[in-house]
Parts: sequence; C-alpha cells; structure tokens
Amino acid sequence: MNYEFDFSFLGEYGQDLWDGTLLTLWMTAVSIIPGFVVGTACAVGRLYGPPWVRKAATVYVEAIRNTPLVIQVFWLFFGLAVLSVRIDAFYAAVIALVINVGAYTAEIMRAGFESIPKGQIEAASCLALSRWQSLLYVQLPQAVERVYPALVSQFILMMLATSIMSQISAPELTGVAYQIQAFTFRGFEVYLVIAVIYLAVVTLLRAILTGLGKVIFPRRRRLGTPL
Amino acid sequence: MEPIVRFKDVRKSFGTLEVLKGVTLDIMPGTVTALIGRSGSGKSTALRCINALEQINGGELHVCGRALHNGGFDLRALRQDVGIVFQSYNLFPHLTVAQNIMLAPRRVKKIGKDEARALAEEVLSQVGLLEKADNYPEQLSGGQQQRVAIARSLAMKPKLMLFDEVTSALDPELTGEVLKVIEKLAESGMTMVLVTHEMNFAERVADQIAFMHHGTVWELGSGEMLRAPKTPELQQFVGSGL
Ligand SMILES: Nc1ncnc2c1ncn2[C@@H]1O[C@H](COP(=O)(O)OP(=O)(O)O)[C@@H](O)[C@H]1O
Ligand SMILES: [Mg+2]
Repeated sequence: MNYEFDFSFLGEYGQDLWDGTLLTLWMTAVSIIPGFVVGTACAVGRLYGPPWVRKAATVYVEAIRNTPLVIQVFWLFFGLAVLSVRIDAFYAAVIALVINVGAYTAEIMRAGFESIPKGQIEAASCLALSRWQSLLYVQLPQAVERVYPALVSQFILMMLATSIMSQISAPELTGVAYQIQAFTFRGFEVYLVIAVIYLAVVTLLRAILTGLGKVIFPRRRRLGTPL
Repeated sequence: MEPIVRFKDVRKSFGTLEVLKGVTLDIMPGTVTALIGRSGSGKSTALRCINALEQINGGELHVCGRALHNGGFDLRALRQDVGIVFQSYNLFPHLTVAQNIMLAPRRVKKIGKDEARALAEEVLSQVGLLEKADNYPEQLSGGQQQRVAIARSLAMKPKLMLFDEVTSALDPELTGEVLKVIEKLAESGMTMVLVTHEMNFAERVADQIAFMHHGTVWELGSGEMLRAPKTPELQQFVGSGL
C-alpha cells in the first residue's frame, strides 16, 4: 500500500472547517437548555399530569424515539415549506434537535423522578409546600442529580447527531467535510480530520457539562458521594 | 377549653380492610398524648388522619378548628398548623441542614433569607445541633438527622406536633438524645401526639395514653394505666415487654 496522504486542503478550506465546527457547537449549545426543559416538562406531565396530558406526552415520546432523526428533520423542514413557513435551515435543525432530544430527556428525567423515595414528597407536602414547590425545590434537583451522567451522554449523542443536518443544507461540520471531499477527492484525509475535530468538540462539551455539574450540585462537589 | 383535636367515631378503610373502626379521642392544647399498641392496630393511620395524609371514611375529625370530615378545608393551612416527624426522617439529602429547615418558611411563609437563617439557627439550638447547620444530612448520625427533622418541623411554628415512631429506626444508644428533645418540647408546652414503643418514656412524659387495639381506642388513661391495666388486652400488651 503506497497511499500518499495529502492534507494540503487544510490551507484552502481551514476557514470552512472552522465555521462548520462553530455551527455544530452553536447548534448543540442552543438546543440543550430548551431540550432539557421540554423533556422535563414531558416527564412531569407523564408522571403527574391529568390523563390527557399523560397520553399526549406518551405519544410524543414514543413517536420521536421510534423514528429516525433524519426523517423528523425532513418532515419538519419540508412540512413547514408546505405550510409556506420559510425558516432558515439552522432554525429548522435546532427545532428538530430540541424535539428529538426532548423525547429522550423525558425518559431519563422520568427515571430520575421515579427514583426519589415517596417519603421525600410526603415530607415536602407535610411542610405545606405546594405541589409545584415540591417539584421545583425537592424533586427536580434530586432527579437531575441522579440522572446527570445519562443527561450528559444524551447531549453528547445529540451533538454527534447534528452531523445529519447537512441533509437540509445546514453547513455544519459534516456538511463542510462532504463538500471539501467532493472538491478535493481527499475523502480519507478529510474524514480523518473531521473525526479528530468531533473528538475534540465532544471532549470540550463533556468537560463543560461536567464542570456545570460541579456548580449545580454543591453537595456532590463537597462530599463526592452519589445521592 | 376546646380540644385541639377531636376524633368522634372515626372510621378509615383501605379498600375492604377497615383499619380504624370508630376511634374516639380528644386531645387538649398543651398536652402530650401517646398512642401505643401492637403493630397493625392503626396507630400510624390515626396519626396520619390528623394532618390529612389519610382521608377518613366515617365519623368526625376536628383539627385546629377545621372539620376534616367535611372536606373543603385549606390543606396547606392545616399542614402549617400541624407538624409531623416520621420514623425515616425524610430530610432532603441535596440540601444542607440549614437549607432543609429554611425551605418551607421561605417558600410557604415567604420570609426573607436572613430571617429564615436566624430561624434555622434558633430551632437548631433548641435541638442542640447548631454546629451542624452547614452539614449535609448524610454527614449526621441517625439521631442527629431525626433531631434536624424535628427542628425542621418546629421552624413552621406548628400548633401541634405528630411523631410516628421517631426512634424506631435508631440504634438504642441514639434514641436517648431524640427522646430528650421531645421531652424538652413537652415541657415547653407544645401539644404533641406520639406513636411510640418506648413505654417508660410514654409513662413519664404523656398526659394521656391511648392503647389502640383492633382499630379502636381500647383503653385510655394516664401513665398509671400501664401499671394497672383494666383490659386483658392491655395487660397482655404491657406484659409482653413491649
Ligand atoms: N396505605 C395503606 N394501604 C393499605 N393498607 C394499609 C395502608 N396503610 C396501612 N395499612 C394497613 O392498615 C393496618 C394498620 O396500619 P398502621 O396504622 O400502620 O398500624 P400501626 O401503626 O399501629 O402499626 C395494617 O394492617 C396495615 O397493613
Ligand atoms: Mg405505625
């Protein structure tokens, strides 16, 4: 095998790669908090809501978790076009990501809420806290802390899943790579570079989320024990 | 004086199982009532009816001027009047001791953070745990956790405190410190109802003792009742060394 590596495209397309990387990061960053909020709301609705809310949340979660993301993205993007709603590919991508990660987050958060001993909720209610106060101050913090590693994994998977957004021509990292290799025919080198960039970006995201965990769970930071 | 709690022929069933079969009992302000009896006789259920953790199916139950049997009362106002401490402490593990105590006063009574902190320190001194204010529950012994749970309840300034076997989960050497706190509360004039297996404690601290059997108050009396039981059931219960 005498394949000659040629990374010279890095000079010409370096800026495109950088822009693609930023778009991937940005898409992920703006989807995390709304995705968490949607997922948590669904988990709460599914556990404590009236029957129609439970049903609606269940349908949403199951529909999303049992279809491919790329189909959801197409459906949203072209569906909006049919309704003559024109939105930027970036926003379509973010909406699709939020809807998608929200469904997975809902299942993770549901497990978190269900793992809290009943006595906690009873104690909160006996202290005259309202159901919302109990959710907000007693159940939610414990649920999040218990499932935090699973949430981090889910958000990292979401970041990797942004790679399909080139399908609706959002120029994220994978989309950029596809174009570069089409111009240069250096597919092997291009995707090697892309893999390294994803690795770096995932490592960065993991570090940020782990750091965030240290900030929002002071007990864990001080004692280091699981809840 | 009006009783603060009045059970009148109270009935309570779980499905087809009737657990309270006509409980009648008055609790006067400033007194300590001990509920004793075998496991399964309905002590916890009776206690839990007082702060509406269980809804009664028959009879009348008046608590702090509310008719619980009629429904339509303000549950959260009732819960502010009636504190409860459980066998399993149920402290919030993600909050420090002080935060556990401050949560309800801040969110329910909407008092400021500094005022809540001062209140937390006041009730923690009452249970002798001021130096643990900024520790987390898991850093405390069982006895200390239970004292924090009592302090947390006290911070809401209840008119009535309920205790459900609060020393049953503790090692014998730790029960003393919790009982001492309860005894101090009794001396301060707090109205209390406690389910307990500590017979010596009940005899010493309680103004009235209700022996529950088969879902009714089988025998009611003062501490001396335990020395001279009238019914063979209480005789047997006391004799069994419980
Ligand atoms: N939530 C419940 N659902 C069904 N049965 C219950 C429930 N709570 C208590 N019981 C039953 O009621 C009876 C009395 O229980 P309890 O009041 O806890 O007795 P005690 O506190 O005197 O041991 C027991 O037979 C118990 O199994
Ligand atoms: Mg009991």
